[in-house]
Amino acid sequence: MSLDSLLFQAVNGLASASGLFLVAAGLSIIFGVTRIVNMAHGSFYMLGLYLAVTLAPALSPWIGGAAGFWGGILVATLAVALLGALVEMVLLRRLYRAPELYQLLATFALLLVISDAVLFLWGPEDILGPRAPGLSGAVDLLGRRLPQYDLFLALAGPAVLLGLHLLLRRTRFGRLIRAATQDREMVAALGINEALLFTAVFALGAGVAGLGGALQMAREPANLAIDLSVLGDAFVVVVVGGMGSISGAYLAAVLVAEVKALCTALGVVDIAGYAFNMSRLTLVAEFLVMALVLILRPHGLFGRPQPPATTRARAEPAPAPLGRRGAVLVLVAVALFAAVPLIGQFFAYAPVLALDMVIAALFAASLHFIMGPGGMASFGHAAYFGLGAYGAAFAATRLGAPTPLAFAMGIGTAAMGATLFGWFCVRLEGVYFAMLTLAFAQIVWSIVYQWEEVTGGSNGMFGVWPQAPFDEPAGLYLAALAVTLAGLFLIRRVVFAPFGFALRAGRDSSLRAEASGIPVARVRWLAFALAGTLCGAAGALFAFAKGSISPEAISVGRSIDGLVMVLLGGVQSLMGPVLGAGGFTLLQDMVMRETDYWRALLGAVILAVVLLFPSGIAGGLRRAGNAR
Amino acid sequence: MRPTSLSRSRFFRTALFGAAALVAGLLVDTVPGRAAEPIRIGELNSYKSQPAFLDPYRKGMQLALDQVNAAGGVLGRPLELIARDDGGNPGDAVRAAEELVTREKVDLITGTFLSHVGLAVADYAKRRKVFFLAAEPLTDKLTWSDGNRYTFRLRPSTYMQVAMLLPAATAAKRKRWALVYPNYEYGQSAAETFKTLLKAAQPDVEIVAEQATPLGKIDAGAVTQAIADAKPDAVFNVLFGPDLARFVREANTRGALDGAFVVSLLSGEPEYLDPLKDETPAGWVVTGYPWYAIPTPEHKAFLDAYQAAYGDHPRLGSIVGYTTIKSIAAGIEKAGSTDTEKLVAAFSGLAVDGPFGPFTFRASDHQATLGAYVGTLGVKEGRGVMLDPVYVDGASVLPSDAETAKLRPAAD
Repeated sequence: MSLDSLLFQAVNGLASASGLFLVAAGLSIIFGVTRIVNMAHGSFYMLGLYLAVTLAPALSPWIGGAAGFWGGILVATLAVALLGALVEMVLLRRLYRAPELYQLLATFALLLVISDAVLFLWGPEDILGPRAPGLSGAVDLLGRRLPQYDLFLALAGPAVLLGLHLLLRRTRFGRLIRAATQDREMVAALGINEALLFTAVFALGAGVAGLGGALQMAREPANLAIDLSVLGDAFVVVVVGGMGSISGAYLAAVLVAEVKALCTALGVVDIAGYAFNMSRLTLVAEFLVMALVLILRPHGLFGRPQPPATTRARAEPAPAPLGRRGAVLVLVAVALFAAVPLIGQFFAYAPVLALDMVIAALFAASLHFIMGPGGMASFGHAAYFGLGAYGAAFAATRLGAPTPLAFAMGIGTAAMGATLFGWFCVRLEGVYFAMLTLAFAQIVWSIVYQWEEVTGGSNGMFGVWPQAPFDEPAGLYLAALAVTLAGLFLIRRVVFAPFGFALRAGRDSSLRAEASGIPVARVRWLAFALAGTLCGAAGALFAFAKGSISPEAISVGRSIDGLVMVLLGGVQSLMGPVLGAGGFTLLQDMVMRETDYWRALLGAVILAVVLLFPSGIAGGLRRAGNAR
Repeated sequence: MRPTSLSRSRFFRTALFGAAALVAGLLVDTVPGRAAEPIRIGELNSYKSQPAFLDPYRKGMQLALDQVNAAGGVLGRPLELIARDDGGNPGDAVRAAEELVTREKVDLITGTFLSHVGLAVADYAKRRKVFFLAAEPLTDKLTWSDGNRYTFRLRPSTYMQVAMLLPAATAAKRKRWALVYPNYEYGQSAAETFKTLLKAAQPDVEIVAEQATPLGKIDAGAVTQAIADAKPDAVFNVLFGPDLARFVREANTRGALDGAFVVSLLSGEPEYLDPLKDETPAGWVVTGYPWYAIPTPEHKAFLDAYQAAYGDHPRLGSIVGYTTIKSIAAGIEKAGSTDTEKLVAAFSGLAVDGPFGPFTFRASDHQATLGAYVGTLGVKEGRGVMLDPVYVDGASVLPSDAETAKLRPAAD
């Protein structure tokens, strides 16, 4: 490994950094002003790329190769910006009054719809775009060949950074954006047309993402998987740089890209006698960087503490305790579910699906416990689900533990993980908290994914079937139902206990809570550990229900599923996550039989729910109840 | 703040109404399908996460299904295909399998693309004693270390594909090899197998670089440069899909692989070769499916029927889908029944005629001896093709039955 090659790889990294920066910058602008966690941001990037690879060859015969290439990029950028404006006006504008994070649900649905729309329009095969006319060669540098286009990209990032900087600093529009980033209510109070500003900001952010995608035309084929893979990177870069800070995002992009380039350049190295392949670290490098940065600097490199969100719509009503009549009604509901195995004699699939619903309910309820009463939206809750599942699977298959003991060991594993990671996470607020949980989840995921000897690597573990009496569908189902009910009961008890009040006090005003003697950090830590433990129980049940477990159980997708369930059901009600989990599982099962475009269908249903009941199913039912 | 009693009764109503709705939904959703008169084949696959491979796969299956049914079906009964998306993960896949078995009352299950999904479904099949023909997952574990009585596999495994490339790799007599592979089980085991087989055949080789890249997220510039810096005179590549396209483009621009001899897994499959068009790296020795250069009458018949039905050329997925259905039809015919145990017995040693010619399902490890084509990449009229493709019979690269027994400790 020579110095030259390291230096050359560093230059290489700058080109990748520009790509990362472009997709992150748009996300940062959008979040800064609208507070929307835009899950569809990767989709805008993907659309930019697809439009560009279609437009460039189509335009070239008319206006020449070079003009066609750059014209294709320009038109793709503008088209995506326009789509962004449209999405804001038609969809998101209706949701600003909904509780925080509901826009996340809407943009997630959008992600599903766009991904299927792209499949429909462009087909399943990858499309490799043309090379950039005039920039298709390479320049000699340090005795190696650097593609001209990489050089161009390495310069394009800083150029866009400069352009955005000037826009934000020197124009009235930029001043408004900065003002709105700091205090959106004040901007509105000063008579600025907020709706127009939001539309413009969303269009700008989407356009920058579209540009980022379009510029990759010369480097990577348009394919259907990039929306999600880019999304994760974009979040990391935005958060490491500090939300809302554009120059921070650039610095973070450079940092992440350089760390990856270094890992790749080092290749196989000897560490204490063991040959370790550093290139395997590229799987998780960005999340390691993010975890480290957030632990040392809770608001990212250049971020400032977020101003408190003054728009918390209304103080939400305190959860009401159950009376006798309520208890009877809940018992009836429980009895209905307990009777499912009896139905199972006629509908053999009912207990199978009901089992998935019950496990999802515990998963969602445990997430809701920290999200709702705790006010901490975790984006990495799947980590504890996965730890529980893997703990149980390991105990059952490798240690030969009996089912109940393996189950307990799964819970124990999750509890340890949650206690450890929680200690770091609860010190952070809002979206930084969410991202640190995500980083830990990704780190756990990458360890599980690569630790072949213990976890079975990417294939996971199988043969994790429970022993008698849980080996019959009904036996496992009833056991799972009992565990879930116990978990729900425990959560309910805790929410109504002084601990729950302390937790909510910390959420609503951590300053006042501290002043009245509540150790907010410790309360949140305990809540986090409890949520992780219960989630681990759900995970352990999952492992036994499926007989196998694989790294997907820890993936971002699983964490997002949890968020969707909670939001779909309603954050402001303890019933919400249960309804959301049941509804989501059922819905997914139904639409997945439509193998053609089920993702779009799922997205459309979620959109409909979001628009009709902006506070989730529970909120909708509540409204219906009020109307009577 | 509203009065507590009101919010209380609202809570009850929410709870009860919600639970009732969920149970009602559960019932509606799980109504059994209609009674089984046709032979019902349950199929599950990652249609959403792997559309490039599975869209042609589905077309291939449909074509075979139509042909079989037009010829009067099997045992006098028509075949019916019930396809499900497995969500690309074992959790959803096992549920889909249970749904097919319990609700749709299918006679057997088939499909799956991803290795971990295939393994999970195979384990489910073992537990529930359901016949499972794994169509595409490549992992060696499926038929060897984790093989089971109820699971058979059609497509050539990772080991077989690597072994097919080995003669070309050793014939090149290169000393300094670099490996590049996606960082998950398929890539890792392909690289391990290649290293083991190569070192056995040519003990003096040196592995000078090893790049394990995140699946779908390769940092192609850095990876090609790191390989070029190690100055290998030969490269073994396992990348496919978008990763392959990025890698090839960067390598071309940087001249990173100039003078190096490259062997590459799966790169000749139209799914991965077609997108490369005129940037196809000439001279790579690959496994794949040269649909344009197979003169056998079996393949000609398949090709004509496929193009007549869909107006497009087949991909490897089409071959796999088509051959899967043909295998199932042959197996049921031989078993004379859809009984699981009889199917297992029938598939052991079952001979099938597919577009690639005849092959058998080995009794020793339940692996089909279906082969693949090995050839050298070149560019013709602006698109990538395999030149001088040779069909390698799967039986010629599989270990003997005695060796297989050692690799397959757990199975029946």
